[in-house]
Amino acid sequence: MNDKLNIRLKIIRVIFLSLMITLVGRLFYLQISTGEDFIKASQRNAFREIYTQPVRGLILDQVGRPVVSNKSTLIVTVNTRFLENTEDKGASVITRLSNILNISETDIKDRLTPCGTKNAKRPPICWSGSLFQPIPIAKDVSNSIALEIMEQRTLYPGVSAELIAIRDIPKPFGVNMAHIIGYVGPVTDTEINKQKQEGVASDDIGLQNNDAIGRSGVERFYDTWLRGKPGVKVVAVDKAANIKGVVSDTDPESGKYVVLNIDAKLQSLVEEQLAGAIERARSKDYVGESGAAVVVDVNNGNILAMATYPSYDPKIWLGGISNKEFESLSDPKSGIPLISRATQGLFAPASIYKVITASAAAENGFDLQDIYQCPPQLEIGTRVFRNYESLGFGAITMQRAIEVSCDTVFYDIANTLWLKDGGLNPVANPIDAVEKMSFAFGLGSKTGIDLPEEVKGRVGGRIFKKDFWDKNHEIWCERAEKGYPEVEVQDPGRASLLQKFAKENCTEGMRFRAGDAVNISIGQGDTVVTPLQMAMAYAAIANGGTVYEPRVVKAIMNADGSVAERIEPKVKSKLPISAETLAYLQKSLKSTTVSGTGAPPFIGFPLSKIPVATKTGTGEVLGKQSTSWFASYAPADNPQYAIVLMVAQGGTGSGTSAPSVRRIYEELFGIRGGVIDPATSILKGGSPTYSLPKIRLDGLPDYPEIDELFDPSPSPSPSVTAKSASAR
Amino acid sequence: MSYWSSETPKAPNRNRFNDSFFIGYDWVLITCALLLSIIGSALVFSASKQRLFDAGINSDFYLQRHIFNIIFGIVLALIVSRFSFRTARAYAIIIYIVAVIGLVMVLIPGIGKSQGGAQAWISLPGGFSFQPSEFTKIALIVLLAMVLTERRDSELIPDDRDVLFGLALAGVPALLILLQNDFGTVMIIGATLLSVMVVAGVKLRWIYGSLSAVLLAGFIASQLNFIKDYQLDRLATFVDPTLDPLGAGYNSLQARIAIGSGGWFGQGYLNGPQTQGKYVPAQRTDFIFTVAGEELGFLGSTLIIFLLAMILFRLTKIALKAPDRFGRLAAAGIAGWFAIQTFENIGMSLGIMPVTGVPLPFVSYGGSSMFVSWMAIGLAVAIGREIDDRITPLIR
Repeated sequence: MNDKLNIRLKIIRVIFLSLMITLVGRLFYLQISTGEDFIKASQRNAFREIYTQPVRGLILDQVGRPVVSNKSTLIVTVNTRFLENTEDKGASVITRLSNILNISETDIKDRLTPCGTKNAKRPPICWSGSLFQPIPIAKDVSNSIALEIMEQRTLYPGVSAELIAIRDIPKPFGVNMAHIIGYVGPVTDTEINKQKQEGVASDDIGLQNNDAIGRSGVERFYDTWLRGKPGVKVVAVDKAANIKGVVSDTDPESGKYVVLNIDAKLQSLVEEQLAGAIERARSKDYVGESGAAVVVDVNNGNILAMATYPSYDPKIWLGGISNKEFESLSDPKSGIPLISRATQGLFAPASIYKVITASAAAENGFDLQDIYQCPPQLEIGTRVFRNYESLGFGAITMQRAIEVSCDTVFYDIANTLWLKDGGLNPVANPIDAVEKMSFAFGLGSKTGIDLPEEVKGRVGGRIFKKDFWDKNHEIWCERAEKGYPEVEVQDPGRASLLQKFAKENCTEGMRFRAGDAVNISIGQGDTVVTPLQMAMAYAAIANGGTVYEPRVVKAIMNADGSVAERIEPKVKSKLPISAETLAYLQKSLKSTTVSGTGAPPFIGFPLSKIPVATKTGTGEVLGKQSTSWFASYAPADNPQYAIVLMVAQGGTGSGTSAPSVRRIYEELFGIRGGVIDPATSILKGGSPTYSLPKIRLDGLPDYPEIDELFDPSPSPSPSVTAKSASAR
Repeated sequence: MSYWSSETPKAPNRNRFNDSFFIGYDWVLITCALLLSIIGSALVFSASKQRLFDAGINSDFYLQRHIFNIIFGIVLALIVSRFSFRTARAYAIIIYIVAVIGLVMVLIPGIGKSQGGAQAWISLPGGFSFQPSEFTKIALIVLLAMVLTERRDSELIPDDRDVLFGLALAGVPALLILLQNDFGTVMIIGATLLSVMVVAGVKLRWIYGSLSAVLLAGFIASQLNFIKDYQLDRLATFVDPTLDPLGAGYNSLQARIAIGSGGWFGQGYLNGPQTQGKYVPAQRTDFIFTVAGEELGFLGSTLIIFLLAMILFRLTKIALKAPDRFGRLAAAGIAGWFAIQTFENIGMSLGIMPVTGVPLPFVSYGGSSMFVSWMAIGLAVAIGREIDDRITPLIR
């Protein structure tokens, strides 16, 4: 019997020892076989990253004047981790803060509430960042309050007053530049999520909550340069999220300097002259609705100045724009100042387009040396097309046709080219000379400017007609069949007219008619352009046929003054015209200023010393007043600058726009009365500055008026603040 | 018949403590328990230092208490070992009644206090507390050993009446502990008593019957919502801890992360990010093994398991050689108790057993467990001592 019991005991002993062996086996599996996974899980558990915002880079003009800088402001931040450890969960601290900062307790609590939790307000009121990050609750705090908070650490646990850099717009020479510099705004959750999906480069931390990123203009286009890299402090934390120690700490890398091709002094003048042109239009009972002016360096496409009317004060973006302010920016009553007319405004180019029609003609069988007929009117098909103010000049040269801007000469050319292509029954591969020449001049496509907002415009012609019909004929044909019952209720006559148009469009809409071709030849009809596109086209004529991509920015510089990247000129296209044609156009535009439509505004200008090539344009807009255009470049025999200025609903080109352009040239070349003194040029040294500004040891750029214009001390430069940030 | 179960006593143990006082002491068993207590102290310090520091208390607060518990436990063991183990048999009923009274007091509001979901402690003055359910373990082992040995006739094998009587006696404290929501201790007690019954030679149908009864009871309890939700959650997340990584599965997952990141040699003593980052809950008590896993690695952890296995080996050896049937059952019961509790405690840290609040013998922080474990060692030593025929116990 005892044997049997002994066996039971031995079995039990074996079972017990096997249990222990099982434990060892499981231990081996967890620690040795799959240990790697757990080590990773453990690392994820234990570390949190805290980000320090870098100082955003400055934006400097051509010679180093800051047009966007930073200024210091005192903010008060609260670390909620500390509040939770106090006896009353921070309630008394919040009460004290509310009293000293003069903000209501609810406001402070709203700011400290993480977004997405119960009762949280909408961003940016709620806190969207990490809970390990100090949360800003007040800005522009006075020194005395900051001092009081910092001196009484026991009363304000976790509260800190710190100096941070925020954007400042110093406006040298009262320059506005709102559409060029753009603005910064807080990053959105959508953008962060999108970035998470797409991933970032290994050496980049990527966007973080509460980052400010460029939303428009140079701030947006060069955002990655300007933003810098945030400092990362990796801390070890425990389960209760108490910080246990610092694992690693990298200082923030401040943003780089963006140096513009824009010259602030010139820009200020151009803005002033554009406003002057608008005033001039309004004084002649024109609406003077909007306008734009572009000054470009013809040899490389550098934008030296670019103004838009109406504009707005770029400072309204600083510290967050209010809803009301934002609405006024997109209010049609105030002219939608948010739209940059230079790059986003679309206008019929009118007569300044004639150089393109002339080029197309010269390259497609017309001899520019021939004599052309300029009758007061021309009958094409069943329609009569008139000259401007029904003037006729008889038999004239092409040069004269450009000088006096004779429409009928170009009507005839367009009609002839149209007939060559087969007229209403086009040949298999129509040449479409004018349309294709427009594309070659850069119309109908984006100029490629280094700004985020740009429209490509439209080139009228057979290709456009076909595309447009393809997109719309279904609607037209449906309307042709069903009519306009909703209009018929109120106005049966209009309804039947609309139905007639719809029928025509449905069956004939794809047809490129003689009338279309004729209208387009003088820059009317379907063709619409941006002022910038025309400036680049005239720059191409001036420089011998190269269409450059416009560049607002010259270079990116490091805070120590070294060059991070030089923005090189980029050729967009070459004009497909012969040297003779080009020379003929140049000669014609030059003589326009002497004996053509461009002459009156330039009376008294020293054209013998500095010849100017010009072309006026007065665009007809259905139901609106005419668009005033003035395109030019100078000096005509050795071109340096091209200037295009336009005013929508502004009257004639020579009457409204030209005087402003003349004024800009006078300042560019230093013309005082009849005397030319390059030393008095608005540009430093009398010409565009290609070299880069010097950065002083304190991180501030050196520029001509540094002593008179600003007191440099209150605007922190990136390098200076980066030092203080790391010392904190 | 194997060599160690010879009926005739072997030559007496001769060692350097060859005086009358320590004759027959199982020094291997004692050394293993002592080593585990020392390692346990180190682990308790590692597990509690950061938490205490954060709370602004001396970081060796728990270490000091733990060392006191060990010393007190050893003193208790020494006292127990000086008596004949048969004394325990005589007092079995009294020990049992005291344990039951303690278990009832726990349930009285004002006297009992609750920790971690179980109402299992009696508050004592001076911030101390006492856990009657721990004493119930050894009380029941002694009682059942007695019941299954006290034969009215000369039969060696307990008959059905003995078994029923024993189960009924065990059932009272088991129910009381269940009322404390201490499911883990009931499980340990059940498995311990099962091993006592097996060794006592009860008919196999009792073994199978008990097993089925436990399963059935568990099923009915869950159907009647007798088992609390958190207990069901623990079982569910035991099956898949990632089901709810921040809720019920959190403990289990964090414990496995801690152990898993230990590797061969561990992260180094006082150097485990999981432990020092306070990620593992109840770490100085129920999850003490995770500290060893993370900071001492596979080698250190295996040493702990080896020492515990050695204790089991020595205890079963004592059972095999015990001078009478009571000693045999008591030693086997103690072995069963340590075996089950070790497997459950380390097993839950390793994720192969459900999470319940049972301590690791000699290693976990906790006075009651430490005292009772050492007293059990004292009893086992007392049994083993009388294998040596030179022993004349002080009190017979």
